[in-house]
Amino acid sequence: MTNHNKSDYDQLFIESFSIEAATLNQSLIYQSIPAWDSVGHMTLIASIEEKFNITIEIDDIINFSSYTVGIEILKKYGVNF
Amino acid sequence: MLNGKIILVTGSNRGIGKSIVERFAFNGAIVYANAKKHDSIENTFFDYKSNGKIIPIYFDVTDREAIRQAFIRIKNEQGRLDCLVNNAGILVDTTITMLNSATLRKIFDVNVFAVFDLISYASRIMSKQKSGSIINISSICGDEGGMRGQTAYSSSKGAIIALTKTAAKELGQFNIRVNSIAPGFIDTDMFRSGPTNIQQQLVEGVYLGKRVGLPSEVAELCVFLASDNSSYINGENIRVDGFAHI
Repeated sequence: MTNHNKSDYDQLFIESFSIEAATLNQSLIYQSIPAWDSVGHMTLIASIEEKFNITIEIDDIINFSSYTVGIEILKKYGVNF
Repeated sequence: MLNGKIILVTGSNRGIGKSIVERFAFNGAIVYANAKKHDSIENTFFDYKSNGKIIPIYFDVTDREAIRQAFIRIKNEQGRLDCLVNNAGILVDTTITMLNSATLRKIFDVNVFAVFDLISYASRIMSKQKSGSIINISSICGDEGGMRGQTAYSSSKGAIIALTKTAAKELGQFNIRVNSIAPGFIDTDMFRSGPTNIQQQLVEGVYLGKRVGLPSEVAELCVFLASDNSSYINGENIRVDGFAHI
């Protein structure tokens, strides 16, 4: 279950931003790649909410500043990695 | 016209909001009718017969967590949201020199900041659907300024018009349309709360029959904007005012 959530999370980044799995690391931060702009952010968040069936608070969306921070935020909503 | 569409309307237990809910339900929509006061929706619509469904949903539009919970509920119950109508609003008349910051903040909390929050949650559901219509209720005073004493109210409604146009640009790529409706002098408690002589003076200036508008006349435009018949209308502020000026 734990591994499944992580792979789902990764897949959402890959699909939302059309990037390679190898780029999923702590240096992947908001606006570090052209696809992760404010529009891309909305696409990513909407996909995450749908996949994990959660509704993220507005402040958490704003704080969702990187690939790694996102994992910590999702834990608040009961998504375990 | 709206068969099976899932719609959330804020501030819907009286006035324009009540009429919007009725017209939506009449046209077959499943309407989540929001109000702050518990039981007010049941009391308002208890004998209304419609082709759709009216579902009460109580929350304070200035309570972010309550908004979030409302969207969670709609998502869980319906799995989608086709239209959001941001109708809840307050009017406080105070001249600018007598306007304290608490009153100003309250007006903007309800009339503007809540709309941002509601759009934020709605647009996330709609963006996945690649469809949706957001309708913000502004006012003609947001367009041309209000009467003396309405700096706060009119500026909040002006903000809604600007918000609508910018949100339409941001959300258009997700096939989400954002429009606003600017009612003029509509026969509601809000309009009737002012001095009678001022009401008469305002209505005298309405080119269309020197009359007030009916809430249903605003609601009919809402039905159109919520429907697929308005599929290419985006970023507009449409006045429903019989051609009036303040």
